[in-house]
Amino acid sequence: MEYWVILISAVFVNNIVLSQFLGICPFLGVSGKVSTSVGMSGAVLFVMTIATTVTYLLHQYLLLPLGLDYLRTITFILVIAALVQMVEIVLKKVSPPLYQALGVFLPLITTNCAVLGVAILALGLVDASLLKAVFFAFSSSLGFALALILFASIREYLELANLPEGMKGVPINLLVAGILSLAFLGFAGLV
Amino acid sequence: MKQTPGPKENFLKGIIKENPVFVMLLGMCPTLGVTSSAYNGLGMGVATLFVLLMSNVVVSLIKTQIPAKVRIPAFIVVIASFVTIVEMVLEAFIPFLYEQLGIFIPLIVVNCLILGRAEAFASKNNLPASVIDALGMGIGFTLALTVLGATREVLGNGSLFGFRFVPEDANTFILFILPPGAFIALSYLAIAFNRLTRKVA
Repeated sequence: MEYWVILISAVFVNNIVLSQFLGICPFLGVSGKVSTSVGMSGAVLFVMTIATTVTYLLHQYLLLPLGLDYLRTITFILVIAALVQMVEIVLKKVSPPLYQALGVFLPLITTNCAVLGVAILALGLVDASLLKAVFFAFSSSLGFALALILFASIREYLELANLPEGMKGVPINLLVAGILSLAFLGFAGLV
Repeated sequence: MKQTPGPKENFLKGIIKENPVFVMLLGMCPTLGVTSSAYNGLGMGVATLFVLLMSNVVVSLIKTQIPAKVRIPAFIVVIASFVTIVEMVLEAFIPFLYEQLGIFIPLIVVNCLILGRAEAFASKNNLPASVIDALGMGIGFTLALTVLGATREVLGNGSLFGFRFVPEDANTFILFILPPGAFIALSYLAIAFNRLTRKVA
């Protein structure tokens, strides 16, 4: 697969949130304001790219040679949990402004299924190499960012809308997400 | 509700008052991702119920041994072990379901419902109460997934549990099988659920 195909596919056609249903919790949870959604997207971009790099190397050079493929799930989730903690500590020391911006979102990412999901999906890429796997993770997080920020922008307008009692809260958010997902369905067949 | 409710209330709260899908919005990824048919929804629900039950049992048994600081990683390891068991059992015995659920089987690990119950309930309560809590929550989750799967299958494919009841050439709402249909169907089910439970209360 060419790199641009991976990019277009991950951002538009197979958007991880709107067509693969990964990372729905942060998608519905932290999309109340555009500013927080930008912070969350940044944190996911950071962690997802690093996590996939580490898990890909572990899988390729430790689990596969030892025939421990079935331990994939346990290994990956532990690596991600440890990695998130480490990123938090390093960021705090090295770049306080970045930590200020992303800090509160980092702990939430451990149970963000998009990170584990993309780490697993990256193993199954056609003719996967380390570089392609990492690029796939990076593109997927861009897709996550696009979906989250679009959704947050729409929700800010919804604050002002006069809705029927039963639609308020969860139902209208899901409905908007559905329509957004319908829009992304239009990209199907692009690559 | 924390004031030692009876077993019956403890069981029922997971199904109605604190339904994980419609009220608490936990475990949304598998809820939306695998419910393109009633069978898949039921399968995912039962797999999650098993992991939830076993993790609640283990967490409740070892809760005094785990230092508070590392409890979350410890819970995750417990959950991940049972998920690995489910993954291997499904692959060996129900390969069709294993293929259908795909990536969402390993992702049971990060289902916030399971970690949430371990942290909020099993780590603070005794074994029988934790078992009942897991059964209530798990059945609530399974029911929600099955209903959502059935709704989408009936509307999108004109069938239920694989049994087709419309003519071969009939037009169905294919939209409901596609990703946007998951959001839209769940949205309307949530409205209906709120409406019904408010009437009961």
